[in-house]
Amino acid sequence: MLRLDGVSKTFQVGADRVDAIRGIDLELRQGEFLTVIGSNGAGKSTLLNLIAGSFLPTTGRVWLRDEDVTMVPAHRRARWIGRIVQNPLAGTAPSMTVAENLALASKRGRRTLRPALTRRTVRAFRERLSALGLGLEDRLQSRVGLLSGGQRQALTVLMSTLACPEILLLDEHTAALDPHNAQAITSLTRDFVGDLGLTTVMVTHNMEQAIDVGSHLVMMHKGEVIHELSGREKTGSTVEDLVQLFSCHHITDDELLLEPAC
Amino acid sequence: MVALLVHSLEQGFAYGIAALGVFLTYRILDFPDLTVDGSFVTGAAIASLLLLQHGFDPFSVLALAFVSGVAVGCLTGILNTRFGITNLLAGVLTMIMLYSINLRIMGRPNLSYLRATTFKTVVEPALGFLGDYAILVFVGLLTLGVKLLLDTFLRTELGFALRATGDSESMITAQGVNTKTMKVMGLALSNGLVALSGALVAQYSGFADVNMGIGTIVAGLAAVIIGGTLLRSPRVGWMTTSVLLGSLVYRLAMGLALRYGYVIGFEASDLKLITALLVVAALVLPTLRERRRRRVSAC
Repeated sequence: MLRLDGVSKTFQVGADRVDAIRGIDLELRQGEFLTVIGSNGAGKSTLLNLIAGSFLPTTGRVWLRDEDVTMVPAHRRARWIGRIVQNPLAGTAPSMTVAENLALASKRGRRTLRPALTRRTVRAFRERLSALGLGLEDRLQSRVGLLSGGQRQALTVLMSTLACPEILLLDEHTAALDPHNAQAITSLTRDFVGDLGLTTVMVTHNMEQAIDVGSHLVMMHKGEVIHELSGREKTGSTVEDLVQLFSCHHITDDELLLEPAC
Repeated sequence: MVALLVHSLEQGFAYGIAALGVFLTYRILDFPDLTVDGSFVTGAAIASLLLLQHGFDPFSVLALAFVSGVAVGCLTGILNTRFGITNLLAGVLTMIMLYSINLRIMGRPNLSYLRATTFKTVVEPALGFLGDYAILVFVGLLTLGVKLLLDTFLRTELGFALRATGDSESMITAQGVNTKTMKVMGLALSNGLVALSGALVAQYSGFADVNMGIGTIVAGLAAVIIGGTLLRSPRVGWMTTSVLLGSLVYRLAMGLALRYGYVIGFEASDLKLITALLVVAALVLPTLRERRRRRVSAC
């Protein structure tokens, strides 16, 4: 479903070179759920951008649904990809209403001159919203800019799955929310992913969440995958185990220590 | 007084179509497009050329003026999206190019419609039963028709994508829309409307002048901003209504200033200064108010 072959990404600004991703191989089958953890600057978000097509890789190839999409621009890949980022403001159009945002999200790709909102679609949206249990079904005609961050992110989750994508990319999508809302959005995401059998990549800073959610886990550091966990190995892990793993790699980085601790 | 009112409303509707064009770029696309100062004249120039020298009827030249504006808008759009020229500069460059092109089309800086068949000479006898209101009714209905067509377009899937492009580019890209195409389309449509307005105004005032477009952007902004303060709504139909309302109020204010302004020492040539100051005030006042509110809450 999703495959990266030796993908790397180098950003070059003037004389500065940053190797954000250094040769990553990754393969996810349909319905698999990968969580990605790593320190700041590890290349987690870049990884998602490469999958979504926002960046083109410097080397390597990207495959979606057994097709080589390395050179396919982001707006074309969007047909198969749902995407949610950390900032609740980025996933919605603030000056348009809830109903209008849902109408935008219910279709991917080419737009026609057909009316975007009909009575029938509004009724369908109302049902989908009331299933969220946030009272959003009464605010269909409100501008999205007036909703709270949690409500907006819940709306974004619904929007990203409305057009039946096959792949879902989550970039710390609960990080900007309070614990209660973050919990709600996490379980909402999990329900959607389960119901629709989506292949999912989730970047997170929350290690508990990383262990708790998903079928696979990778740890990234300086643009490389330094550890992979799956199956029983993953469910059996604790946050302490991950922190231990983390600090090992940080210590081996430290040139002052000649003998690595692990 | 009634004549002043009627003339102001006629102008408010005729220039209102240009204001709808400015609304489309400034409000919907968040793209301050200066092309309009040129495309307004292009519409007038094309219409004059076809009507005066090639015997076209006064109504089909309006449609052809629209087409010429679409082409001009595409040019600005391509300069911006394909070649990465910033939006203000792209508009200015096209505007300057158009000054020369408009002169080429017209052949000389000023063309008179004297003795030519314009929509006025057709409409006045046809709607004779309306007396002095014939032109107002015709221009008003034409403008409302354009507004309704625009509303309908903005409610389609394509129209939604256009609105989202100006609102949240990252969001609409994630929804599978090419924002570059949307911008070119929005600019094309906007300048089409502005050119149509130019052709209408030329016939209305009986001449086309190569300088008639100066200040179209500011007058359009004035209409958009005045309308926005009079009528606030997230609904498309109300937004375009507010733009036309703003255009009517603006032209009425200008009409009154021209007529009675001499009392306080205004001259006709002061109008553009006053208009620009009006727009500055409308843009600055909300931020000042916001700042004062913040200062109060800080204590």
